[in-house]
Amino acid sequence: MTRRWTNDLTRDDVTPKGVWLNRRAVLAGLGAAGLATGLPASQAQAQALEPNTLEQITSYNNFYEFGWNKDDPAAHAGDMVISPWSITVDGLVDRPGSYSLAELLEGLSVEERIYRFRCVEAWSMVVPWNGVGLGDVLAKVGVQSGARFVAFETTVQPDVMPGVRNRIIPFPYVEGLRLDEAQHPLTMLATGIYGEPMPKQNGAPIRLVVPWKYGFKSIKSIVRITLTDSEPPTTWKRLNGREYGFYANVNPEVDHPRWSQGSERQIGGGLFARRQPTLMFNGYEEQVASLYEGMDLSVNY
Amino acid sequence: MALIPKELAQRVNRATRHVPAWPIYLIGAAWAGWLFWLGLTGGLGPEPINALERRYGEVALQLLVAGLVVTPLRTLTGFSLLKYRRALGLTAFFYVLAHFLVWALLDLSSASAIGREIVRRPYITIGFAGFLLLIPLAITSNAASIRRLGAAGWRKLHKLTYPAALLGALHYIWLVKGYPLEPFLYAVAIVGLLALRTRWTRLRTATA
Ligand code: HEM
Repeated sequence: MTRRWTNDLTRDDVTPKGVWLNRRAVLAGLGAAGLATGLPASQAQAQALEPNTLEQITSYNNFYEFGWNKDDPAAHAGDMVISPWSITVDGLVDRPGSYSLAELLEGLSVEERIYRFRCVEAWSMVVPWNGVGLGDVLAKVGVQSGARFVAFETTVQPDVMPGVRNRIIPFPYVEGLRLDEAQHPLTMLATGIYGEPMPKQNGAPIRLVVPWKYGFKSIKSIVRITLTDSEPPTTWKRLNGREYGFYANVNPEVDHPRWSQGSERQIGGGLFARRQPTLMFNGYEEQVASLYEGMDLSVNY
Repeated sequence: MALIPKELAQRVNRATRHVPAWPIYLIGAAWAGWLFWLGLTGGLGPEPINALERRYGEVALQLLVAGLVVTPLRTLTGFSLLKYRRALGLTAFFYVLAHFLVWALLDLSSASAIGREIVRRPYITIGFAGFLLLIPLAITSNAASIRRLGAAGWRKLHKLTYPAALLGALHYIWLVKGYPLEPFLYAVAIVGLLALRTRWTRLRTATA
Protein backbone atom coordinates (compact mmCIF):
# COMPACT_ATOMS: atom_id res chain seq x y z
CA MET A 1 0.00 0.00 0.00
CA THR A 2 1.06 3.59 -0.63
CA ARG A 3 2.38 5.62 2.22
CA ARG A 4 -0.12 7.06 4.65
CA TRP A 5 -1.45 10.51 4.00
CA THR A 6 0.21 12.99 6.29
CA ASN A 7 -1.13 16.35 7.22
CA ASP A 8 1.13 19.18 6.06
CA LEU A 9 -0.34 21.34 8.75
CA THR A 10 0.75 21.27 12.35
CA ARG A 11 -1.07 22.07 15.58
CA ASP A 12 0.37 25.57 15.36
CA ASP A 13 -1.63 26.12 12.23
CA VAL A 14 -4.93 25.48 13.88
CA THR A 15 -6.73 28.75 13.91
CA PRO A 16 -8.92 29.65 16.87
CA LYS A 17 -12.56 29.00 16.04
CA GLY A 18 -13.54 32.65 16.04
CA VAL A 19 -11.00 33.40 13.37
CA TRP A 20 -12.00 30.45 11.18
CA LEU A 21 -14.81 32.39 9.70
CA ASN A 22 -12.40 35.02 8.49
CA ARG A 23 -10.65 33.72 5.42
CA ARG A 24 -7.98 36.36 5.36
CA ALA A 25 -6.92 35.55 8.88
CA VAL A 26 -6.59 31.87 7.96
CA LEU A 27 -4.50 32.70 4.93
CA ALA A 28 -2.28 35.05 6.84
CA GLY A 29 -1.77 32.43 9.54
CA LEU A 30 -0.79 29.79 7.01
CA GLY A 31 1.58 32.09 5.17
CA ALA A 32 3.31 33.04 8.39
CA ALA A 33 3.61 29.41 9.43
CA GLY A 34 5.20 28.54 6.10
CA LEU A 35 7.78 31.27 6.46
CA ALA A 36 8.46 30.63 10.13
CA THR A 37 9.23 26.96 9.65
CA GLY A 38 11.38 27.64 6.59
CA LEU A 39 9.64 25.00 4.47
CA PRO A 40 10.54 24.68 0.79
CA ALA A 41 8.44 26.95 -1.40
CA SER A 42 6.30 24.19 -2.93
CA GLN A 43 5.30 22.87 0.45
CA ALA A 44 4.57 26.32 1.80
CA GLN A 45 2.37 26.85 -1.23
CA ALA A 46 0.49 23.64 -0.55
CA GLN A 47 -0.14 24.92 2.93
CA ALA A 48 -1.43 28.21 1.63
CA LEU A 49 -4.62 26.53 0.40
CA GLU A 50 -7.15 29.09 1.40
CA PRO A 51 -10.19 27.36 2.89
CA ASN A 52 -13.61 28.66 2.00
CA THR A 53 -15.72 30.05 4.80
CA LEU A 54 -18.22 27.80 6.53
CA GLU A 55 -20.92 30.09 5.18
CA GLN A 56 -19.80 29.44 1.58
CA ILE A 57 -19.33 25.72 2.12
CA THR A 58 -22.83 25.38 3.56
CA SER A 59 -24.74 27.60 1.13
CA TYR A 60 -23.64 26.34 -2.29
CA ASN A 61 -24.30 22.61 -2.58
CA ASN A 62 -25.50 19.93 -4.92
CA PHE A 63 -27.63 17.45 -2.99
CA TYR A 64 -30.35 16.44 -5.40
CA GLU A 65 -32.43 14.73 -2.73
CA PHE A 66 -33.35 18.29 -1.74
CA GLY A 67 -33.78 19.85 -5.19
CA TRP A 68 -31.97 21.06 -8.30
CA ASN A 69 -30.68 24.38 -7.07
CA LYS A 70 -27.50 25.18 -5.20
CA ASP A 71 -29.45 26.79 -2.35
CA ASP A 72 -32.01 23.96 -2.03
CA PRO A 73 -29.90 21.80 0.31
CA ALA A 74 -29.35 24.65 2.78
CA ALA A 75 -33.06 25.49 2.60
CA HIS A 76 -34.48 21.97 2.88
CA ALA A 77 -31.96 19.65 4.53
CA GLY A 78 -32.83 20.83 8.04
CA ASP A 79 -35.46 18.12 8.57
CA MET A 80 -33.30 15.19 7.48
CA VAL A 81 -33.19 12.64 10.30
CA ILE A 82 -29.56 11.88 11.19
CA SER A 83 -29.90 10.42 14.63
CA PRO A 84 -29.99 7.54 15.22
CA TRP A 85 -27.89 6.60 12.20
CA SER A 86 -26.80 3.17 11.15
CA ILE A 87 -24.70 1.99 8.27
CA THR A 88 -25.19 -1.42 6.75
CA VAL A 89 -21.91 -3.01 5.81
CA ASP A 90 -22.32 -6.06 3.60
CA GLY A 91 -20.99 -8.00 0.65
CA LEU A 92 -17.52 -9.45 0.69
CA VAL A 93 -16.58 -8.51 4.26
CA ASP A 94 -15.63 -10.58 7.30
CA ARG A 95 -17.82 -8.69 9.76
CA PRO A 96 -21.00 -7.63 7.97
CA GLY A 97 -23.80 -5.99 9.89
CA SER A 98 -25.49 -2.81 10.86
CA TYR A 99 -23.08 -0.40 12.52
CA SER A 100 -23.90 2.72 14.45
CA LEU A 101 -21.75 5.73 13.67
CA ALA A 102 -19.92 5.33 16.97
CA GLU A 103 -19.24 1.65 16.30
CA LEU A 104 -17.86 2.37 12.85
CA LEU A 105 -15.52 5.10 14.11
CA GLU A 106 -14.51 3.45 17.36
CA GLY A 107 -10.76 3.34 17.85
CA LEU A 108 -10.05 5.62 14.90
CA SER A 109 -8.81 9.15 15.38
CA VAL A 110 -10.62 11.93 13.60
CA GLU A 111 -8.17 14.15 11.70
CA GLU A 112 -8.51 17.52 10.02
CA ARG A 113 -7.63 17.49 6.33
CA ILE A 114 -7.75 20.54 4.11
CA TYR A 115 -8.59 19.37 0.59
CA ARG A 116 -9.41 20.97 -2.71
CA PHE A 117 -12.95 20.12 -3.81
CA ARG A 118 -13.64 20.29 -7.55
CA CYS A 119 -17.15 19.98 -8.97
CA VAL A 120 -17.67 18.69 -12.51
CA GLU A 121 -19.53 21.97 -13.13
CA ALA A 122 -16.14 23.71 -13.07
CA TRP A 123 -16.37 25.39 -9.68
CA SER A 124 -14.25 24.54 -6.70
CA MET A 125 -13.80 25.10 -3.00
CA VAL A 126 -11.21 24.32 -0.36
CA VAL A 127 -12.73 22.48 2.59
CA PRO A 128 -11.24 21.67 5.98
CA TRP A 129 -12.80 18.27 6.58
CA ASN A 130 -12.72 16.20 9.75
CA GLY A 131 -12.87 12.48 9.38
CA VAL A 132 -11.15 9.14 9.21
CA GLY A 133 -9.41 7.21 6.46
CA LEU A 134 -11.86 4.98 4.61
CA GLY A 135 -9.11 2.37 4.42
CA ASP A 136 -9.02 2.15 8.21
CA VAL A 137 -12.78 1.62 8.35
CA LEU A 138 -12.56 -1.08 5.69
CA ALA A 139 -9.76 -2.78 7.62
CA LYS A 140 -12.02 -2.86 10.67
CA VAL A 141 -14.85 -4.66 8.89
CA GLY A 142 -12.41 -6.99 7.12
CA VAL A 143 -12.21 -6.96 3.34
CA GLN A 144 -12.38 -10.45 1.82
CA SER A 145 -9.94 -11.47 -0.88
CA GLY A 146 -12.50 -11.54 -3.70
CA ALA A 147 -13.52 -7.91 -3.17
CA ARG A 148 -12.50 -5.46 -5.92
CA PHE A 149 -14.96 -2.57 -5.59
CA VAL A 150 -16.78 -0.67 -2.87
CA ALA A 151 -20.36 0.53 -3.39
CA PHE A 152 -22.03 3.28 -1.37
CA GLU A 153 -25.64 4.34 -0.93
CA THR A 154 -27.25 7.55 0.38
CA THR A 155 -30.21 7.62 2.73
CA VAL A 156 -33.68 8.07 1.24
CA GLN A 157 -36.19 10.01 3.33
CA PRO A 158 -39.08 10.96 1.03
CA ASP A 159 -40.99 12.78 3.77
CA VAL A 160 -38.28 15.38 4.15
CA MET A 161 -36.64 15.22 0.72
CA PRO A 162 -38.52 17.15 -1.97
CA GLY A 163 -36.16 15.95 -4.70
CA VAL A 164 -36.88 12.34 -3.79
CA ARG A 165 -40.64 12.94 -3.73
CA ASN A 166 -40.46 14.51 -7.18
CA ARG A 167 -38.09 11.79 -8.42
CA ILE A 168 -35.88 14.31 -10.14
CA ILE A 169 -33.25 11.60 -10.60
CA PRO A 170 -33.41 7.94 -9.53
CA PHE A 171 -32.87 7.43 -5.81
CA PRO A 172 -31.18 6.15 -3.71
CA TYR A 173 -28.08 7.92 -4.94
CA VAL A 174 -25.35 5.34 -5.41
CA GLU A 175 -21.62 5.66 -5.96
CA GLY A 176 -18.61 3.40 -6.03
CA LEU A 177 -14.85 3.16 -6.01
CA ARG A 178 -12.31 0.59 -7.04
CA LEU A 179 -10.98 -1.08 -3.87
CA ASP A 180 -7.50 0.42 -4.28
CA GLU A 181 -9.02 3.88 -4.65
CA ALA A 182 -11.11 3.29 -1.55
CA GLN A 183 -8.06 2.17 0.39
CA HIS A 184 -5.92 5.06 -0.79
CA PRO A 185 -4.75 7.17 2.15
CA LEU A 186 -6.31 10.34 0.70
CA THR A 187 -9.80 8.82 0.64
CA MET A 188 -11.76 9.62 3.74
CA LEU A 189 -15.10 9.30 5.45
CA ALA A 190 -15.80 12.79 6.75
CA THR A 191 -17.91 13.53 9.79
CA GLY A 192 -17.33 17.24 10.15
CA ILE A 193 -16.14 20.54 8.71
CA TYR A 194 -14.18 23.18 10.63
CA GLY A 195 -14.37 20.97 13.69
CA GLU A 196 -18.17 21.08 13.73
CA PRO A 197 -20.39 18.06 13.10
CA MET A 198 -21.10 17.65 9.38
CA PRO A 199 -23.80 20.15 8.33
CA LYS A 200 -26.83 18.37 6.89
CA GLN A 201 -26.54 20.01 3.47
CA ASN A 202 -22.97 18.73 3.23
CA GLY A 203 -23.96 15.12 3.87
CA ALA A 204 -24.47 14.61 7.60
CA PRO A 205 -23.63 12.60 9.52
CA ILE A 206 -21.02 10.83 7.38
CA ARG A 207 -19.93 11.18 3.78
CA LEU A 208 -17.22 10.13 1.41
CA VAL A 209 -14.46 12.54 0.33
CA VAL A 210 -12.27 11.59 -2.65
CA PRO A 211 -10.35 14.80 -3.37
CA TRP A 212 -8.92 13.85 -6.78
CA LYS A 213 -12.33 13.05 -8.27
CA TYR A 214 -15.22 15.29 -9.29
CA GLY A 215 -17.50 16.11 -6.39
CA PHE A 216 -20.36 13.84 -7.39
CA LYS A 217 -18.21 10.82 -6.47
CA SER A 218 -18.05 12.02 -2.86
CA ILE A 219 -21.43 10.60 -1.88
CA LYS A 220 -23.28 12.09 1.07
CA SER A 221 -25.23 10.78 4.08
CA ILE A 222 -24.09 7.18 3.63
CA VAL A 223 -26.29 4.33 4.90
CA ARG A 224 -24.74 1.37 3.10
CA ILE A 225 -21.25 0.23 2.19
CA THR A 226 -20.99 -2.94 0.11
CA LEU A 227 -17.84 -4.75 -0.98
CA THR A 228 -18.31 -6.34 -4.39
CA ASP A 229 -16.38 -8.20 -7.04
CA SER A 230 -17.69 -6.17 -9.99
CA GLU A 231 -18.06 -2.49 -10.82
CA PRO A 232 -21.16 -1.21 -9.02
CA PRO A 233 -23.68 1.07 -10.75
CA THR A 234 -23.21 4.79 -10.09
CA THR A 235 -26.01 7.34 -10.35
CA TRP A 236 -24.67 9.84 -12.89
CA LYS A 237 -23.13 7.23 -15.12
CA ARG A 238 -26.48 5.46 -15.19
CA LEU A 239 -28.25 8.73 -16.04
CA ASN A 240 -25.83 9.83 -18.72
CA GLY A 241 -22.92 7.49 -19.33
CA ARG A 242 -21.56 9.52 -22.20
CA GLU A 243 -20.88 12.46 -19.88
CA TYR A 244 -20.18 10.85 -16.53
CA GLY A 245 -17.90 7.86 -16.14
CA PHE A 246 -17.19 5.54 -13.25
CA TYR A 247 -13.76 7.03 -12.60
CA ALA A 248 -14.56 10.76 -12.83
CA ASN A 249 -11.00 11.76 -12.03
CA VAL A 250 -10.38 15.49 -12.19
CA ASN A 251 -8.54 15.87 -15.48
CA PRO A 252 -8.08 19.16 -17.33
CA GLU A 253 -7.23 17.29 -20.52
CA VAL A 254 -10.39 15.20 -20.73
CA ASP A 255 -13.12 17.57 -21.76
CA HIS A 256 -16.71 17.31 -20.65
CA PRO A 257 -19.39 18.05 -23.26
CA ARG A 258 -20.98 20.68 -21.02
CA TRP A 259 -18.20 22.27 -19.05
CA SER A 260 -14.65 23.03 -19.97
CA GLN A 261 -12.55 21.10 -17.49
CA GLY A 262 -9.38 23.04 -18.20
CA SER A 263 -10.20 25.72 -15.68
CA GLU A 264 -12.33 26.31 -12.62
CA ARG A 265 -13.53 29.15 -10.48
CA GLN A 266 -13.09 28.98 -6.76
CA ILE A 267 -16.26 29.91 -4.93
CA GLY A 268 -16.09 33.10 -2.94
CA GLY A 269 -14.23 35.46 -5.27
CA GLY A 270 -17.28 37.56 -6.05
CA LEU A 271 -18.50 38.94 -9.36
CA PHE A 272 -15.04 39.54 -10.79
CA ALA A 273 -13.37 36.28 -9.75
CA ARG A 274 -11.13 34.84 -12.46
CA ARG A 275 -10.89 31.21 -13.40
CA GLN A 276 -7.77 29.34 -12.43
CA PRO A 277 -6.25 26.38 -14.24
CA THR A 278 -7.50 22.99 -13.09
CA LEU A 279 -4.75 20.70 -11.86
CA MET A 280 -4.32 17.10 -12.95
CA PHE A 281 -6.07 14.86 -10.39
CA ASN A 282 -7.07 18.12 -8.71
CA GLY A 283 -3.51 18.68 -7.54
CA TYR A 284 -3.08 15.19 -6.06
CA GLU A 285 -1.28 13.74 -9.07
CA GLU A 286 1.85 12.84 -7.13
CA GLN A 287 -0.18 10.76 -4.70
CA VAL A 288 -2.68 9.02 -7.00
CA ALA A 289 -1.33 8.86 -10.57
CA SER A 290 0.13 5.40 -9.93
CA LEU A 291 -3.40 4.02 -9.41
CA TYR A 292 -4.09 4.58 -13.10
CA GLU A 293 -0.82 3.56 -14.65
CA GLY A 294 -1.30 2.12 -18.11
CA MET A 295 -4.95 3.18 -18.28
CA ASP A 296 -6.23 5.42 -21.04
CA LEU A 297 -7.86 8.16 -18.99
CA SER A 298 -9.81 9.54 -21.93
CA VAL A 299 -11.52 6.15 -22.27
CA ASN A 300 -11.85 5.54 -18.53
CA TYR A 301 -13.15 9.04 -17.77
CA MET B 1 -64.55 34.46 -33.11
CA ALA B 2 -63.17 35.74 -29.86
CA LEU B 3 -63.28 33.95 -26.50
CA ILE B 4 -64.06 37.23 -24.73
CA PRO B 5 -67.02 39.52 -25.38
CA LYS B 6 -66.02 42.12 -27.93
CA GLU B 7 -67.13 45.07 -25.79
CA LEU B 8 -64.96 43.97 -22.90
CA ALA B 9 -61.92 43.61 -25.12
CA GLN B 10 -62.56 47.03 -26.61
CA ARG B 11 -62.91 48.59 -23.19
CA VAL B 12 -59.57 47.10 -22.09
CA ASN B 13 -57.91 48.23 -25.29
CA ARG B 14 -59.24 51.75 -24.79
CA ALA B 15 -57.92 51.78 -21.23
CA THR B 16 -54.42 50.68 -22.28
CA ARG B 17 -54.32 53.31 -25.02
CA HIS B 18 -53.03 55.76 -22.44
CA VAL B 19 -50.48 53.39 -20.88
CA PRO B 20 -47.20 54.01 -22.67
CA ALA B 21 -44.64 51.31 -23.53
CA TRP B 22 -41.53 53.12 -22.34
CA PRO B 23 -41.80 51.94 -18.69
CA ILE B 24 -40.98 48.46 -19.98
CA TYR B 25 -37.50 49.66 -20.94
CA LEU B 26 -37.13 51.45 -17.65
CA ILE B 27 -38.24 48.49 -15.52
CA GLY B 28 -36.09 46.15 -17.64
CA ALA B 29 -33.00 48.28 -17.14
CA ALA B 30 -33.68 48.80 -13.45
CA TRP B 31 -34.15 45.08 -12.88
CA ALA B 32 -30.96 44.22 -14.75
CA GLY B 33 -29.09 46.80 -12.69
CA TRP B 34 -30.61 45.51 -9.47
CA LEU B 35 -29.55 41.93 -10.27
CA PHE B 36 -26.04 43.17 -11.02
CA TRP B 37 -26.01 45.04 -7.72
CA LEU B 38 -27.16 41.91 -5.89
CA GLY B 39 -24.33 40.00 -7.55
CA LEU B 40 -21.84 42.60 -6.39
CA THR B 41 -23.05 42.61 -2.81
CA GLY B 42 -23.50 38.90 -2.15
CA GLY B 43 -27.25 38.80 -2.76
CA LEU B 44 -26.91 36.13 -5.46
CA GLY B 45 -25.07 33.66 -3.25
CA PRO B 46 -21.40 32.71 -3.14
CA GLU B 47 -21.10 32.17 -6.94
CA PRO B 48 -22.59 35.37 -8.37
CA ILE B 49 -21.20 35.02 -11.91
CA ASN B 50 -23.14 31.88 -12.77
CA ALA B 51 -26.17 33.14 -10.87
CA LEU B 52 -26.23 36.44 -12.79
CA GLU B 53 -25.68 34.65 -16.09
CA ARG B 54 -28.64 32.42 -15.37
CA ARG B 55 -30.91 35.19 -14.11
CA TYR B 56 -30.34 37.29 -17.25
CA GLY B 57 -30.87 34.26 -19.49
CA GLU B 58 -34.10 33.41 -17.77
CA VAL B 59 -35.54 36.93 -18.06
CA ALA B 60 -34.51 37.00 -21.74
CA LEU B 61 -36.45 33.81 -22.41
CA GLN B 62 -39.46 35.05 -20.46
CA LEU B 63 -39.55 38.27 -22.46
CA LEU B 64 -39.25 36.37 -25.74
CA VAL B 65 -42.24 34.28 -24.68
CA ALA B 66 -44.14 37.42 -23.69
CA GLY B 67 -43.50 38.85 -27.16
CA LEU B 68 -44.88 35.69 -28.75
CA VAL B 69 -48.05 35.90 -26.67
CA VAL B 70 -49.15 39.23 -28.18
CA THR B 71 -50.55 38.04 -31.50
CA PRO B 72 -52.38 34.87 -30.35
CA LEU B 73 -53.79 36.84 -27.43
CA ARG B 74 -55.26 39.33 -29.85
CA THR B 75 -56.71 36.72 -32.19
CA LEU B 76 -58.13 34.66 -29.33
CA THR B 77 -59.43 37.37 -27.00
CA GLY B 78 -59.33 40.66 -28.83
CA PHE B 79 -56.96 42.16 -26.26
CA SER B 80 -54.31 44.07 -28.11
CA LEU B 81 -50.92 44.54 -26.55
CA LEU B 82 -49.38 45.25 -29.95
CA LYS B 83 -47.94 48.58 -28.92
CA TYR B 84 -45.87 46.88 -26.21
CA ARG B 85 -44.38 44.24 -28.44
CA ARG B 86 -41.41 46.23 -29.64
CA ALA B 87 -40.47 47.14 -26.07
CA LEU B 88 -40.78 43.48 -25.01
CA GLY B 89 -38.66 42.30 -27.92
CA LEU B 90 -35.96 44.93 -27.51
CA THR B 91 -35.76 44.38 -23.76
CA ALA B 92 -35.45 40.65 -24.44
CA PHE B 93 -32.56 41.41 -26.77
CA PHE B 94 -30.84 43.57 -24.17
CA TYR B 95 -31.13 40.76 -21.65
CA VAL B 96 -29.64 38.27 -24.12
CA LEU B 97 -26.85 40.78 -24.72
CA ALA B 98 -26.28 41.17 -20.97
CA HIS B 99 -26.40 37.37 -20.61
CA PHE B 100 -23.79 37.03 -23.35
CA LEU B 101 -21.58 39.75 -21.85
CA VAL B 102 -21.63 38.17 -18.39
CA TRP B 103 -20.58 34.93 -20.01
CA ALA B 104 -17.86 36.44 -22.20
CA LEU B 105 -16.43 39.04 -19.82
CA LEU B 106 -17.01 37.67 -16.33
CA ASP B 107 -17.39 33.92 -16.76
CA LEU B 108 -14.75 33.17 -19.40
CA SER B 109 -12.85 36.48 -19.50
CA SER B 110 -10.58 35.17 -22.23
CA ALA B 111 -10.92 36.04 -25.91
CA SER B 112 -9.56 32.72 -27.15
CA ALA B 113 -11.91 30.75 -24.93
CA ILE B 114 -14.99 32.56 -26.32
CA GLY B 115 -14.56 31.28 -29.87
CA ARG B 116 -13.54 27.83 -28.71
CA GLU B 117 -16.53 27.44 -26.42
CA ILE B 118 -18.99 28.64 -29.08
CA VAL B 119 -17.68 26.04 -31.51
CA ARG B 120 -17.21 23.20 -29.09
CA ARG B 121 -20.26 23.24 -26.84
CA PRO B 122 -23.55 22.57 -28.61
CA TYR B 123 -25.64 24.38 -26.02
CA ILE B 124 -23.49 27.48 -26.43
CA THR B 125 -23.59 27.19 -30.23
CA ILE B 126 -27.37 27.06 -30.09
CA GLY B 127 -27.64 30.01 -27.70
CA PHE B 128 -25.22 31.99 -29.81
CA ALA B 129 -27.24 31.27 -32.95
CA GLY B 130 -30.33 32.59 -31.14
CA PHE B 131 -28.40 35.70 -30.17
CA LEU B 132 -27.23 36.28 -33.77
CA LEU B 133 -30.78 35.95 -35.06
CA LEU B 134 -31.95 38.63 -32.65
CA ILE B 135 -29.36 41.20 -33.77
CA PRO B 136 -31.00 42.22 -37.08
CA LEU B 137 -34.33 42.38 -35.29
CA ALA B 138 -32.98 44.74 -32.66
CA ILE B 139 -31.38 46.93 -35.32
CA THR B 140 -34.60 47.21 -37.33
CA SER B 141 -36.93 47.80 -34.39
CA ASN B 142 -37.68 51.40 -35.35
CA ALA B 143 -40.09 53.26 -37.58
CA ALA B 144 -37.43 54.20 -40.13
CA SER B 145 -36.53 50.55 -40.74
CA ILE B 146 -40.17 49.60 -41.16
CA ARG B 147 -40.47 52.29 -43.81
CA ARG B 148 -37.28 51.20 -45.52
CA LEU B 149 -38.11 47.50 -45.52
CA GLY B 150 -41.80 47.95 -46.20
CA ALA B 151 -44.39 46.51 -43.83
CA ALA B 152 -44.39 43.08 -45.49
CA GLY B 153 -40.62 42.80 -45.66
CA TRP B 154 -40.27 43.94 -42.09
CA ARG B 155 -42.84 41.44 -40.87
CA LYS B 156 -41.08 38.68 -42.76
CA LEU B 157 -37.73 39.58 -41.22
CA HIS B 158 -39.22 39.69 -37.76
CA LYS B 159 -40.45 36.12 -38.09
CA LEU B 160 -36.87 35.36 -36.99
CA THR B 161 -38.18 35.73 -33.43
CA TYR B 162 -39.71 32.26 -33.77
CA PRO B 163 -36.47 30.36 -34.41
CA ALA B 164 -34.66 32.61 -31.92
CA ALA B 165 -37.11 31.72 -29.15
CA LEU B 166 -36.99 28.04 -30.09
CA LEU B 167 -33.20 28.09 -30.02
CA GLY B 168 -33.29 29.80 -26.62
CA ALA B 169 -35.55 27.07 -25.23
CA LEU B 170 -33.46 24.31 -26.79
CA HIS B 171 -30.32 25.93 -25.37
CA TYR B 172 -31.91 25.80 -21.91
CA ILE B 173 -32.93 22.12 -22.24
CA TRP B 174 -29.47 21.26 -23.46
CA LEU B 175 -27.55 22.99 -20.71
CA VAL B 176 -29.31 21.58 -17.68
CA LYS B 177 -28.10 18.46 -15.97
CA GLY B 178 -30.83 15.83 -15.70
CA TYR B 179 -34.44 16.65 -16.50
CA PRO B 180 -35.81 19.52 -14.46
CA LEU B 181 -39.28 20.67 -15.47
CA GLU B 182 -38.71 24.37 -16.20
CA PRO B 183 -36.83 24.24 -19.51
CA PHE B 184 -39.43 21.85 -20.89
CA LEU B 185 -42.25 24.15 -19.80
CA TYR B 186 -40.68 27.00 -21.76
CA ALA B 187 -40.24 24.77 -24.80
CA VAL B 188 -43.83 23.56 -24.63
CA ALA B 189 -45.09 27.14 -24.20
CA ILE B 190 -43.12 28.36 -27.22
CA VAL B 191 -44.10 25.48 -29.47
CA GLY B 192 -47.72 25.92 -28.34
CA LEU B 193 -47.70 29.64 -29.09
CA LEU B 194 -46.21 29.07 -32.53
CA ALA B 195 -48.74 26.35 -33.25
CA LEU B 196 -51.61 28.68 -32.28
CA ARG B 197 -50.21 31.30 -34.57
CA THR B 198 -49.97 29.06 -37.63
CA ARG B 199 -53.48 27.76 -37.00
CA TRP B 200 -54.92 31.23 -36.80
CA THR B 201 -53.05 32.47 -39.81
CA ARG B 202 -54.39 29.55 -41.77
CA LEU B 203 -57.93 30.09 -40.53
CA ARG B 204 -57.74 33.76 -41.32
CA THR B 205 -56.42 33.30 -44.81
CA ALA B 206 -59.05 30.59 -45.40
CA THR B 207 -61.93 32.86 -44.42
CA ALA B 208 -60.52 35.95 -46.11
C1 HEM C 1 -31.75 33.58 -27.47
C2 HEM C 1 -30.69 33.65 -26.73
C3 HEM C 1 -30.54 33.03 -25.36
C4 HEM C 1 -31.50 32.70 -24.44
C5 HEM C 1 -33.00 32.90 -24.54
C6 HEM C 1 -30.82 32.10 -23.33
C7 HEM C 1 -31.45 31.64 -22.20
C8 HEM C 1 -30.82 30.97 -21.16
C9 HEM C 1 -31.49 30.39 -20.03
C10 HEM C 1 -32.99 30.40 -19.83
C11 HEM C 1 -30.55 29.84 -19.23
C12 HEM C 1 -30.78 29.06 -17.92
C13 HEM C 1 -31.22 29.97 -16.84
C14 HEM C 1 -31.51 29.22 -15.56
O1 HEM C 1 -30.86 28.22 -15.27
O2 HEM C 1 -32.42 29.66 -14.85
C15 HEM C 1 -29.28 30.09 -19.84
C16 HEM C 1 -28.07 29.68 -19.31
C17 HEM C 1 -26.86 29.90 -19.92
N1 HEM C 1 -26.66 30.50 -21.16
FE1 HEM C 1 -28.05 31.30 -22.38
N2 HEM C 1 -29.48 32.09 -23.57
C18 HEM C 1 -29.27 32.65 -24.81
C19 HEM C 1 -28.07 32.85 -25.44
C20 HEM C 1 -26.85 32.53 -24.88
C21 HEM C 1 -25.58 32.86 -25.45
C22 HEM C 1 -25.38 33.67 -26.73
C23 HEM C 1 -24.63 32.35 -24.60
C24 HEM C 1 -23.13 32.40 -24.72
C25 HEM C 1 -22.50 32.47 -25.85
C26 HEM C 1 -25.29 31.70 -23.52
C27 HEM C 1 -24.67 31.07 -22.46
C28 HEM C 1 -25.29 30.53 -21.36
C29 HEM C 1 -24.61 29.93 -20.25
C30 HEM C 1 -23.10 29.76 -20.11
C31 HEM C 1 -25.59 29.54 -19.34
C32 HEM C 1 -25.36 28.90 -17.98
C33 HEM C 1 -24.99 27.48 -18.08
C34 HEM C 1 -24.68 26.86 -16.73
O3 HEM C 1 -25.01 27.42 -15.69
O4 HEM C 1 -24.10 25.79 -16.73
N3 HEM C 1 -26.65 31.83 -23.72
N4 HEM C 1 -29.46 30.78 -21.02
